[in-house]
Amino acid sequence: MEAVLGRIGLWFALLLLSIVAIVSAQDSGFAAHMTIIAIVALILIWITAACYDPLAKAQGMFRMPEGPSRYDDDPIRWGVLATIFWGMAGFLAGVFIALQLVFPELNFEPYLSFGRVRPLHTSAVIFAFGGNALIATSFYIVQRTCRTQLAFPGLARFVFWGYQLFIVLAATGYLLGITQSKEYAEPEWYVDLWLTIVWLCYAAVFIGTIVKRREPHIYVANWFFLAFIVTIAMLHVVNNLAMPVSLLGSRSYSAFAGVQDALTQWWYGHNAVGFFLTAGFLAMMYYFVPKQADRPVYSYRLSIIHFWSLIFLYIWAGPHHLHYTALPDWAQTLGMVFSVILWMPSWGGMINGLMTLNGAWDKIRTDPIIRMMAMSLAFYGMSTFEGPMMSIKSVNSLSHYTDWTIGHVHSGALGWNGLITFAAVYYLVPRLWRRERLYSLRMINWHFWLATLGIVFYAASMWVAGVTQGLMWREYGPDGYLVNSFVDTVAALEPMYMMRAFGGLLYLAGAVIMTYNVWMTLAGKVREEASLRNAPHDAEKDRPITAVPAE
Amino acid sequence: MSLYDTLRHFADSYGLVVMIALFLLLCAWPFRPGSKQYNRNAATMIFKDEDDGR
Repeated sequence: MEAVLGRIGLWFALLLLSIVAIVSAQDSGFAAHMTIIAIVALILIWITAACYDPLAKAQGMFRMPEGPSRYDDDPIRWGVLATIFWGMAGFLAGVFIALQLVFPELNFEPYLSFGRVRPLHTSAVIFAFGGNALIATSFYIVQRTCRTQLAFPGLARFVFWGYQLFIVLAATGYLLGITQSKEYAEPEWYVDLWLTIVWLCYAAVFIGTIVKRREPHIYVANWFFLAFIVTIAMLHVVNNLAMPVSLLGSRSYSAFAGVQDALTQWWYGHNAVGFFLTAGFLAMMYYFVPKQADRPVYSYRLSIIHFWSLIFLYIWAGPHHLHYTALPDWAQTLGMVFSVILWMPSWGGMINGLMTLNGAWDKIRTDPIIRMMAMSLAFYGMSTFEGPMMSIKSVNSLSHYTDWTIGHVHSGALGWNGLITFAAVYYLVPRLWRRERLYSLRMINWHFWLATLGIVFYAASMWVAGVTQGLMWREYGPDGYLVNSFVDTVAALEPMYMMRAFGGLLYLAGAVIMTYNVWMTLAGKVREEASLRNAPHDAEKDRPITAVPAE
Repeated sequence: MSLYDTLRHFADSYGLVVMIALFLLLCAWPFRPGSKQYNRNAATMIFKDEDDGR
């Protein structure tokens, strides 16, 4: 009783503090965010009071694992649902901004203008969809490979909900115009501080689980997860070093200036790709692909070389985002060289993943989840070839600032990150909710083809758009003046933008099918459908050839 | 010499050598003699947990 009262008092104090902050806020955006905090405090008071059970020993809001003999799967279930929810939101925002580029009337000023919805889209798909997938799968994999329950169950629940609060604050902030104008690091200082706290707790839960493991060896997937958690913590803290203008306002100024700021930003930005979108998702690959294929990884030695090469090389590649800028030439060349070297470990990893299917290639035909994994690895290979090529300075002088870059990012994000996450969701859902199988396997097949076709439309149209744009921008007439104005290039690209939006729509349609499939699986339904692995038998033809007498 | 220059010279001499040596050592580690069985066990350990905690 006292404990519950004390906790309600704590939430009430938080409510009062946030009301004080709303009243004395320096700008309306900060006041809006403090209103969200106040609402969260109110919800916490309500839940704490509603959960009060005078007979129970522990007075928690959440069900805790009963004994050490079961894996702690509640935060993973929430994480899978959050992944699907934020994925849908992020894909929808993506299709919306793609359509804005074709139909400018869709820019509903000020809240839904392209400039505000675009960071909403990138953060929703990377940090909300990808981040929740990473947190959920890392909690799943670390327990299974360490054969022990998650450490600090209370902290694990805080990590999940704290991360959702970060997403809500970031997303609402973009629409309200709160941004520090750093790509993929748009949230302002107070949201950054909150994420730092959540992230350190995440690291504590993950490392704590590894420390209390029952298996002597730490499986390679956990190495990748650990690298992802530690590096993201470092990148996030350094890139967001900033001085707030006021403690009750949303504005801040970066600790760095000029080209130093730019280099720090792209050191962060490229390693967010390298450690968030690559290392973390490779961890998923190294667990789920062998498990789904029911075969060990092709070469465990190669996976370790893959790991160390990625760790040692990736961190240097960031300057390729700043070719032909004020950054010193040697730093640009360094970034380019390391990006090209990076091609090898990336392909080593892709080969390791694909060759895991060696001797079981038929599973690509018979198992739609394996098919999805194989396609995601193929896209990992394609985008990690395209990336080093684009980082070469002479190629970059054509491709930089054009839609080619957007196409490259999406072949990696939709193809590699998206498909491996969908495959992981399909793997996890029946296991986490104790279902015999998914509602429908044929729907996974539909999802696979819609997503793949969507990416093909997206990447192909952006290649054409990017090269067109690059060539038009650099075209000189005989008098030495540029031939095309910027708006000429925009007009030339309109059909490509239309095709891109269509590709995005196909991808979104695939995700809608996944949502329906998972929904019905959770509802306990199983669709009656013909098996995918059907080899029909024709009794008529099943006979030897005999000589037929001439008539 | 400024602190920048000192660090810069360290980075492209001893620092570079130590990093490369460490990298090569870590990559060669799984190939040490007698590690074959160890690697095989590590690769198949994920299949010990067949019932997914049920």
